[in-house]
Amino acid sequence: MKESLTEREIRLIVNGREVRARVPVRKSLVDWLREDQGLTGSHVGCEHGVCGACSVVLDGAVVRGCLTLAVQADGARVETIEGATEAGRLARLQEAFYQRAALQCGFCTPGMLLVAAELLERNPRPSRDEIRDALSGNLCRCTGYHAIVDAVEAAAAGTR
Amino acid sequence: MKAPAFRYARPESLDEAVSLLAQYGSEARVLAGGQSLMPMLNLRLLAPSVLVDINRIPGLSEITAHPQGIQIGATARHAAVLYSEEVARAAPLLALALPHVAHLAVRNRGTHGGSCALADPSAELPACALALEASFVLRGPGGERRVAAQEFFRGLYETALGADELLVRVDYPRAQAGRRYGFDEVARRRGDFAIAGLAAAARVEGGALRAARLAFFGVADRPVLVTGASREEVRERMETIEVAGSSVYPPDYRRRLMRVLLERVLDAIGK
Repeated sequence: MKESLTEREIRLIVNGREVRARVPVRKSLVDWLREDQGLTGSHVGCEHGVCGACSVVLDGAVVRGCLTLAVQADGARVETIEGATEAGRLARLQEAFYQRAALQCGFCTPGMLLVAAELLERNPRPSRDEIRDALSGNLCRCTGYHAIVDAVEAAAAGTR
Repeated sequence: MKAPAFRYARPESLDEAVSLLAQYGSEARVLAGGQSLMPMLNLRLLAPSVLVDINRIPGLSEITAHPQGIQIGATARHAAVLYSEEVARAAPLLALALPHVAHLAVRNRGTHGGSCALADPSAELPACALALEASFVLRGPGGERRVAAQEFFRGLYETALGADELLVRVDYPRAQAGRRYGFDEVARRRGDFAIAGLAAAARVEGGALRAARLAFFGVADRPVLVTGASREEVRERMETIEVAGSSVYPPDYRRRLMRVLLERVLDAIGK
């Protein structure tokens, strides 16, 4: 029978780099990324899956970093806002967010961008309703939703 | 907050998972997608001593279509089920319901089996399983057994699963010609749990409703089934459901929503 453990060795790819680490099993993926990997672009808001500020990409799909354990990312590919930005895949969205002033305090922005990018991958020309639906799991404490929807729409249209 | 301390086991086979559950009993919790379990841990509502992570068990996330229906593995993600063309063909009600299940990122991680095994009374999938006469395949130390949806959901977060049993998959019979499906719910915000909802399967002849199976959810401690051979009959029978209320949503308000949902969903089905 396999043992249950309180710490475990993990090996994974973070933003294209192979990482090996020993993690406490109760540590969330977002806490591990922020505290142990110095990737503080993913934010910790509600810690129970409501706000979406902790969004990270796990094996190609956006997930809640607070509802996934670091130990569960063993063997996976993880991409944070830092890696996605560096890869250039958010450039059009980021430019549109900048042009439309779709960020105020910026706390929700990394999550908004990652979710919007996944939406546009699946549906390159979403309606405003579809954009709102996709972003419904991400809270903006500044309530700047109109500008955010505008920016995603503009990025989709390839215009400003 | 952060989750309390626990031990973690990652079985690589069903047998190993079941023996871990047998070993730890009610001290253990099964970790599937974690989209409800992790919030409960982070809010310190639960403090299991062991999490049994079933995400690495080979084959457990498979979606398998066959002539009689479709089998959805316990760890199939909501997103995988939602985007599956085979699911949309074999069990169209699931394709109608899944856009209402939480949000994009939660659907990327949350699992079909996890949602059913949790048995939240406001959840969409248990109601679909009930309307579609799905059956649940459970595995324990003595082997597998099959439980009908009607017997699986026992109450508030309560199912037929024993402490040493694992939900392996949900089997849905294939949608038949002439069967129509409808789904709707009322929630405060998109992606929230429903205040009241309805998952419906029915036969429609010449625009008239026949043989309806309507599963209301969010209105009692488990999804509630109403069957009937006409719209009048289900309208009448719906009124006999004992509706649960809270200070925010009194029973009368929920009952009103049920009436609205019934007409909306049946109108959509009849079109």
